[in-house]
Amino acid sequence: MNDQAEPKERIGVYVCHCGSNIAATVDVADVAVWAKERLGDEGVVITHDYKFMCSSLGQELIERDIKEEGLTRVVVAACSPHLHEKTFRTACARAGLNPYLCELVSIREQVSWVHSDRQAATEKAKAVVAGGVERVIHNEPLEPLHIPIHPATLVVGGGIAGIQAALELADSGHQVYLVEREPSIGGHMAQFDKTFPTMDCAACILTPKMVDAGGHPHIDLFTWSEVVRVDGFVGNFTVTIRQKPRYIDTDLCTGCGICWEKCPKRVIDDVYEAGLGYRKAVYTPFAQAVPKYPVIDPENCTYFINGKCRACEKFCPTDAIKFDQEEEFITVQVGNIILATGFDLFDARRVPQYGYGRLANVFTSLEFERLCNAAGPTNGQIVMRDGVTKPELVAVIHCVGSRDRNYNNYCSVICCMSSLKFAHLVKERTGARVYNFYIDMRTAFKDYDEFYQRVLEEGTIFVRGRVAEVTDAARLPSEDGKLIVQVEDTLAGRQRRIPVDMVILSAGLEPRHDAKAVAHQFGISCSANGWFIERHPKLDPVATMTEGIFIAGTVQGPKDIPASVSQGAAAAARVLGRINKGEIELEPVRATIDARHCSGCRICNGLCPFNAIIFHEDAMVSEINHALCQGCGTCVAACPAGAISGSSFSNEQIMSQIEGLLLFDRPVRSRHFSAV
Amino acid sequence: MNDQFEPVIIGFTCNWCSYRAADLAGTARIKYPPNIRLIRLMCSGRMDPTFVLKALAEGADGVMITGCHPGECHYLDQNYKALRRVLLLRRTIGQMGIEPGRVKLVWASAAEGVRLAQEIGHFVEEIRDMGPLNWPGRLAAAHVNGHGRDDRLMPADMMLEEVPA
Repeated sequence: MNDQAEPKERIGVYVCHCGSNIAATVDVADVAVWAKERLGDEGVVITHDYKFMCSSLGQELIERDIKEEGLTRVVVAACSPHLHEKTFRTACARAGLNPYLCELVSIREQVSWVHSDRQAATEKAKAVVAGGVERVIHNEPLEPLHIPIHPATLVVGGGIAGIQAALELADSGHQVYLVEREPSIGGHMAQFDKTFPTMDCAACILTPKMVDAGGHPHIDLFTWSEVVRVDGFVGNFTVTIRQKPRYIDTDLCTGCGICWEKCPKRVIDDVYEAGLGYRKAVYTPFAQAVPKYPVIDPENCTYFINGKCRACEKFCPTDAIKFDQEEEFITVQVGNIILATGFDLFDARRVPQYGYGRLANVFTSLEFERLCNAAGPTNGQIVMRDGVTKPELVAVIHCVGSRDRNYNNYCSVICCMSSLKFAHLVKERTGARVYNFYIDMRTAFKDYDEFYQRVLEEGTIFVRGRVAEVTDAARLPSEDGKLIVQVEDTLAGRQRRIPVDMVILSAGLEPRHDAKAVAHQFGISCSANGWFIERHPKLDPVATMTEGIFIAGTVQGPKDIPASVSQGAAAAARVLGRINKGEIELEPVRATIDARHCSGCRICNGLCPFNAIIFHEDAMVSEINHALCQGCGTCVAACPAGAISGSSFSNEQIMSQIEGLLLFDRPVRSRHFSAV
Repeated sequence: MNDQFEPVIIGFTCNWCSYRAADLAGTARIKYPPNIRLIRLMCSGRMDPTFVLKALAEGADGVMITGCHPGECHYLDQNYKALRRVLLLRRTIGQMGIEPGRVKLVWASAAEGVRLAQEIGHFVEEIRDMGPLNWPGRLAAAHVNGHGRDDRLMPADMMLEEVPA
């Protein structure tokens, strides 16, 4: 083999001790000396090992060598690129070297921390360094992509998280489109009576925010609406919203309420009143609804069913009823999107042994919230299903559908606290004896455990154990006419049968039934459970892997109101930062098609999940939109003509890295260096 | 030092799940054999089958491809494309006389450092049982034989069907 031509590049290799994190397992000095000797033919001209490469002195070492030794490529062997890639790239940029000509290879997370044999670890570190050197030769100088940001924002979901996000953005003077599927914003919080641990009334703290959002000059509210189409990419999305017909002219309607007074059709309200109360066929979900305009529900409206009635139209003082209204499609331009579509409550019918739906006096947590609510179906009276009897013995069962491998194995976070709230409310309003059946008490946030102590002191009885069954089959005369809670009391170490009048099931939180479809529509991903996946579970909880799409509230995972509000505000802050800057910088990891080599086979077109590949019918070639491309590289791997190249992860870079990693493992066909 | 065979394995990781699982294994100091050397790709969908062939041809005894669990791909569903390619590739290398088991696909989420370390441990043992591949050596031998084809790369039953003209 005679490929002994002068190496094109001048490469510096820097091996980090990371204190003793790397140096204790890898002979770093040996790696540095070896790299200079063995990789000299590849262009390595200088190597150093240093205590902490990420320190300012370590970075200055690189900068000095770039300037004085004229380095054209840099390889740093240290920690994971997810930690310090930016640090070393920035150092290179300061010294005038394009930052993308620097390669960080991991000899800490992938070598010193996971291996114990010093010799084997050192040999592997050498291979990793050789891989980095071979790869960096093919790195190209790149520039980050700059994408302009449209200043308007779409917020999907008008619960507390979405409202908070919308208000934060609108208050700073930027346009927001807030889309809500139901006739009113407010979400689940609007259904609650009190909020733990302060027991302030949910409506009292929520409705001012709803009114603010409804009347805000920078918020366009689309209730009774859904997003049907999302095109474009970060900075410039085109969103199509379907406005379902309200059959009400909102320009004329004053929200006086005569229409629903006069409407003769009563319908069970299974959304807002959780099936406990009634509404009319023309209705607003609750008195403080924002906007105040009602909707006509065509599935139940007598006029829509048999063509007669029109009572509402007859009595409307402003002629606002429009039976001929049709759905409308509105298109808006936005730069960023915040998804705050919330949760569904776990359907307690799925746990048949607890008898919900079969035993009259078994209630779900949401039903109980409505019972407590002064504006609810019983005007705030806690009564049994007959509507009059006050319960004397009440059981609250925690973890229904949560922490249970038959249903959801996660903790729904809020149920312990809301169960405590229920116990407190029952005690306060009925004086009944309350049992809470729990697995573990989880009261982890500010003032939560104090609330638990308070409920304990009020005399609520806590039984530790998962309830086996709720039944009405009495075995003893004292159980006659009662619901019997069968439970293993794991602290007392025995089985117990506890007769009660009323059972409240603290149902867990689940992703929306259509979460997967929504995720697909917006190009983000769901976890196996169905919660939307954040960019980083700790350090980036409101961003997603798709640029320009943010998430807030329970759509990301179970959480309480303060956490949802924080996420709404956090997502808004992230969006605001981009709007203020006017553009974002994206990593230049993108695929590009060389039109000269593209045969127009279109294999790549169907592979792209982001629809970033456009086919030009006239020229018979495909082209990649860099703003849409996320850089996964699937098309690069698939192109039969090799016409697609992926920047930062090109075939040359990866093939060379493979060669470098296997430098010692070619007993026969070695190149100009021999196996060690 | 005993003389047991130490295989060399190339591992491909995706930037979002399995590379982070490897990072996590490191942070948690979970030990696994040093026989594997990892390459970071943005996605398992970037895995070009020629990368695997290249690794085997350059002296690797096995190749492990790792990515996000089905349904959790950060690029929506590109890991399914990796799955398709790996299935085809395993069949292809089988026809070339290489044990399909030398190429393995493993799903590991960013939280599964322990699982990734265990899978690496298992794979190293599997390859150790198969013995060295030495594909570069076999290719060179085929070249020396002069007919451009290595009989030892052909499964015996396939060779029987080939009748010289």
